Amino acid sequence: MTAAERRPLVLVVDDVPDGREICAEYLAFRGYGVATAEDGNEALEKTASLLPDVILMDLSLPGMDGWEATRRLKQDERTKHIRVIALTAHALPSAHERARAAGCDAVVTKPVLPEDLVLEVQRQLAARDAAGE
Amino acid sequence: MQPLAPLQLTPPPRTTVGARSRLALAEGLLAEQDVRSCAVLALRWLARHVGLRRGLVALVDGETGRLAGLAGHGLPPDEVDAFKLDLGDANHPLVLALGAAEPLAIHAGPGLWRAIETTLGAGPLHAVPLARVEPGEVGPGLLLLTTATDDPLPDEVLWAAELLGTRVTSLFYRRAQADERRHKRERSWLVGVLNAVTDPILMTDGDGRILIANAGAERLLTGDEKLSEGWRRAVALNNMLFSASLFKTAEGSGPTRQELLLVDPVEGQDLLFEVLRSPMRIKRGETGYVSVLRNVTDLRQAGEELEENYRRLRAAEARTRGERDKLDLILNSALDPILVSDPTGAIVLMNPPAERMFTAASAGADPEAERRVQANDAVLSSFLASAYATGDLRARGELSLTEPETGAAVPVEAISAKLLSKHGEDTGVVTILHDLTDAVEKECLFEQVKRHSEELHVRVREATAELAEQNELLRRQALELEQASAMKSQFLANVSHELRTPLNAVLGYTHLMLEGVSGDISTSQRDKLGRVDSNARHLLSVINDLLDIARIESGKMPIQVERLRLPDLIDEVMREVEPLIARTSLQVERELAADVPEIQSDRQKVKQIVLNLLSNALKFTPQGSVAIRAAYHPGEDQISVAVADTGIGISEENQKNIFEAFLQADSSYARRQGGTGLGLSICRRLATLLDGDISLISHLGEGSTFTLWLPRRPQRPG
Repeated sequence: MTAAERRPLVLVVDDVPDGREICAEYLAFRGYGVATAEDGNEALEKTASLLPDVILMDLSLPGMDGWEATRRLKQDERTKHIRVIALTAHALPSAHERARAAGCDAVVTKPVLPEDLVLEVQRQLAARDAAGE
Repeated sequence: MQPLAPLQLTPPPRTTVGARSRLALAEGLLAEQDVRSCAVLALRWLARHVGLRRGLVALVDGETGRLAGLAGHGLPPDEVDAFKLDLGDANHPLVLALGAAEPLAIHAGPGLWRAIETTLGAGPLHAVPLARVEPGEVGPGLLLLTTATDDPLPDEVLWAAELLGTRVTSLFYRRAQADERRHKRERSWLVGVLNAVTDPILMTDGDGRILIANAGAERLLTGDEKLSEGWRRAVALNNMLFSASLFKTAEGSGPTRQELLLVDPVEGQDLLFEVLRSPMRIKRGETGYVSVLRNVTDLRQAGEELEENYRRLRAAEARTRGERDKLDLILNSALDPILVSDPTGAIVLMNPPAERMFTAASAGADPEAERRVQANDAVLSSFLASAYATGDLRARGELSLTEPETGAAVPVEAISAKLLSKHGEDTGVVTILHDLTDAVEKECLFEQVKRHSEELHVRVREATAELAEQNELLRRQALELEQASAMKSQFLANVSHELRTPLNAVLGYTHLMLEGVSGDISTSQRDKLGRVDSNARHLLSVINDLLDIARIESGKMPIQVERLRLPDLIDEVMREVEPLIARTSLQVERELAADVPEIQSDRQKVKQIVLNLLSNALKFTPQGSVAIRAAYHPGEDQISVAVADTGIGISEENQKNIFEAFLQADSSYARRQGGTGLGLSICRRLATLLDGDISLISHLGEGSTFTLWLPRRPQRPG
């Protein structure tokens, strides 16, 4: 089954259950495959095993934080092609810059409307396809 | 002049007058000493003996050179006096007659001899010379007479005329001699008088030659070979100087006064003269001068000496007055009483402090004060008496005086010194009273000042220490403030983060429900969820604005300068507010000047400002229009974006703080319109960050115009 034929899989990483649930529920509602993780380590594990198309990565996480996790994913040959959208309540540009520096493909500031989030996911998938990855 | 009739000389007829009669005339003439009387006598004799009816004796006046009537017979006296004939015409018959040896019979033409005719009547005129003179000489006079007939004159006429002529000549000669003698005498008197005057006096002729000079003048101006060389030279010099002074005198003017410096030929010293000079007519057509020289050498010296003395006197007087003034000043400025008393003990001089102690203030003064003055006087008098008694020049003592006005005790130290004249006589005593209470008080005062000064010193030290402490405190506070500011930013960032997280959940769940993720919802539920959504969004915008302000204030707002075209930017903004516009019935205008250039600025921030201003205008304008205008101002090289509305306007008072955070003209209205009250504050801060500004013109109820001003290029590197 090709990537285009199967449902895109989105890994939602967030330590806050509400945030995790809203995203997961809405993405599923919109027809995406959804997996979740609560921290950086779990995110690395799930990514390695599931190879999702897009990761929604919260940055402030217990244990390994989002920045670190993203860095590792982007350094790993197996996972570096996976699109990572940072999803953060940090509104300061400094936080955003750090996220981009770590390897995030986009930064979305919370609060975000689930609808807008889906738009961003679609954009990242289109960009990936355009790049031929 | 008519031609004269030919002269007719006829010999006189012989008559016979007795010798006795002739002798009588001769004796009569000799007896007369006066020329006129002689003439009268002769005329009378002729009248008696030869029947002369009218006749005139005229004599030559040597001084005037005229023939003048002297005496007449048968004529009125005034006609005799009126007869005058100038002898200048040598061809005149009478002039000829004067020089002739024989009498002349003159036949005068009509009008020619009117004076004679009227005097002597018509008929042949005989002019008989009074004396026979040598040819070429002029006789002393003529006897003029007319006769009834042309008969020759009788001998007696010729004889009497000759006799009269002889007598007149004799009288004239004697008179001339007497005159000569008198003149000599008078001249010697005059010279005596002139010489008696010590001032040099001299008379000069028109050429400046000396005619008369007195001894004084001769001494200065004349000399001869016998004189010494020095004298001669002095005289020559004086003559030169005197001549020069004469030439300075204007001819014909009245008396003049000059100064003339001459040399004393004997002493050789300079003499200053005042020359008084009067013009004097010497003879016809020539004016000389009489000069009187007054020696003013001594006078000037005396004047100079007098002036010098006066000057010295004035100087001495000024000096004395100066010293007197100085003394007065010293006396009056001395705080200690100073008195001068004469040998009898009477006070002759006091300075004001002394007056206060020893004189009653004024009429009607306090009798108590007067008593105290008298007491003071008595104390002083007894001190002076004892001081005098010792015979020492100086005396010292302590006296107890009383302040007359207050009655306060005044202990004084009295020092007196005798004033001695040049000859060692006592002329008085000067006494100085030194106030001891003053000294005591001064001591106290000094102590006080010293104590205060020390206290002040301590205080200054304390204050300095305190100041240093304060400085340290301030420095620490500044540091703390800086830290606090950083902490505040961090805090705000954290708060923002912590607020966003739950807000994310609120908005997310609301959205899920509205989207029907959790199943269908009723209309009422949808409506209420809509309210949750809009409130949550408002809260989000407040949080965003707060964060913006925090970032600007902490200097953490990055600026990205790029080239931007305002028309594009405004298009973008317009598109974003389209939904807002659609909700109103407002007319929205857009005016972009053709010359608005590209600018360099932070696109995102310019857009944020313009968006904010435009959405404000749309929110706060219930009806009318909103206009957005862009323009370029070459003078300042600035662009402006103005947003003008016809909205509610802003009162003058509110205009002052409209740009402050959390202040809104009408906050309830703002809330209703979804504003946070932070928008303008952020706009102004962003504009400042971009080296620009926002200005506001507004009238309550008429609308507002917010204008963003931006430089074409940022003034400092972005």
